[in-house]
Amino acid sequence: MSIRTLLIANRGEIAVRIIRAARELGLRTVQVYSAADAQSLAVRLADEAVEIGPPPSAKSYLNIEAILAAARQSGADAIHPGYGFLSENPRFAHAVEQAGLVFVGPHSHTIRLMGNKVAARFAAAKAGVPTVPGSDGVVSESEAKNVIETIGFPIMIKAAAGGGGRGIRVAHDLAEFERLMPMASAEAKAAFGDGELYIEKLVDRARHVEVQVLGDGDNLVHCYERECSMQRRRQKVWEEAPSAILEADRREAICASAVALAKSVGYRGAGTLEYLYDEATGDFFFIEMNTRIQVEHPVTELVTGIDLLREMITIADGASLRLRQEDIAVRGHAIEVRINAEDPANGFLPHPGKVERLHVPGGPGVRFDTLLYAGYTIPPFYDSLLGKLIVWGEDRAHAIARLQRALHELEVAGVKTTKPLHHALAEAEDVRAGKFHTRWLESWLDENAARLQEAGSGLGSRSGAGLAATRTRQEEGQGR
Amino acid sequence: MASKEIVSPLPGTFFRRPSPGKPPYKEEGDRVAAGDVVGLVEVMKTFYEVKADTAGLIVKFLVENEAPIQAGEAIVALDV
Repeated sequence: MSIRTLLIANRGEIAVRIIRAARELGLRTVQVYSAADAQSLAVRLADEAVEIGPPPSAKSYLNIEAILAAARQSGADAIHPGYGFLSENPRFAHAVEQAGLVFVGPHSHTIRLMGNKVAARFAAAKAGVPTVPGSDGVVSESEAKNVIETIGFPIMIKAAAGGGGRGIRVAHDLAEFERLMPMASAEAKAAFGDGELYIEKLVDRARHVEVQVLGDGDNLVHCYERECSMQRRRQKVWEEAPSAILEADRREAICASAVALAKSVGYRGAGTLEYLYDEATGDFFFIEMNTRIQVEHPVTELVTGIDLLREMITIADGASLRLRQEDIAVRGHAIEVRINAEDPANGFLPHPGKVERLHVPGGPGVRFDTLLYAGYTIPPFYDSLLGKLIVWGEDRAHAIARLQRALHELEVAGVKTTKPLHHALAEAEDVRAGKFHTRWLESWLDENAARLQEAGSGLGSRSGAGLAATRTRQEEGQGR
Repeated sequence: MASKEIVSPLPGTFFRRPSPGKPPYKEEGDRVAAGDVVGLVEVMKTFYEVKADTAGLIVKFLVENEAPIQAGEAIVALDV
């Protein structure tokens, strides 16, 4: 390795994950942190820690200058951006390159290209990869109406600069479209600094299937797919590898298309191509590429045996891809559930606070990637992900049984978490049968609200009366 | 006239504006009706509206814009 010191420009469980991979490669680690994260697990585990600013992300984890200064001060020669924050910011990647440091990820040009969702659709079309029917690039309101005449309602209005489920509006008829289009443009301008919009057909009852790829700029392999159809407010809640329903020929086709597209842009590093899959027809449509490590990467690691973070770092160090496609196979089934500091009995109200006791599940086929330790106070300033419980089983039924066993062992005392939700999901007939799509979970939650309230009752739940979550304000970072 | 406080039900960061670049929901000296939004609390990347639970006159904002707050901390002093 020519990299000696790796700076982690992120926080939380992914910072811990990166430190672990770096240490196994013999690297020294430098963790940057905000004033709210001085007691974080990542800070404790790293060889060195550098404070970069006050709690708000805009002043710390999104502060490019402060991060580069920390790299200079600590003698780091590479930076890993994790997910969210600056991980898909081409200006950051470029600044790291300009500073003569290694950015653990693709070239800034690639991030810029694939980060613009319209440019990514063009790249997909050029590589022969199907995209959701919609406009050829950004459109005005009148152009959009012409497109809608061909594709029909319902449609999605999407921000060209959006991503990760952000900047999307759904219109079911012309009146709704005329009302939402100007609003969507103003919002996109405020949130992303770019009001340009494009139109896509809403694929109903679609499943979310995504393909993990690894490339070194010349060679490129896929590590098969993950399925992340269980979502709430477009945020993934439960992820699996392989997909519960994808048939072998469809799997080969979707993975081959991902390789073709990533290869066509000379992709380097770990990346994920997201698709909507229409179970009824077997059609799949490319939606976007994430040019970074993803939250749910461990399910791929458990079924393929590949350490994706290790591969990312060695590729960034200049090594050629060690893996050939024929070396990569899927064995068994893995499931990841997100343990968030949210109260499912109370409208998923965020619940920061002090962890009084922690018991981490163990035993065969169980992994828990977390930022927690007993006595840790979870700050309110960042997203609610506390940890990811990941299990492996010989088949899907075995994985679900292990998940239930591991959830039973997991104890996070002092704060409310989404553990009761996952208990209930693991028992749900549709989940066990693999019968779900991207909008399944929200309707299931409506139907099972009483049951979730019961599961969470009598535990001193914080009152959420009169509280309504609002998403009107610009959200920063952590879009993943 | 009696005094009353509007408290934050959640810990997090307090915002007086719906989004950067927009005017504040309320100013000192403004009248509020029950249910009026006086600010937002951001907790774990989610924004919650803080509403007045009674009508009154805003005497003072007790918390600065973008300042960290605790659950139960008073945000607004009201004359009711």
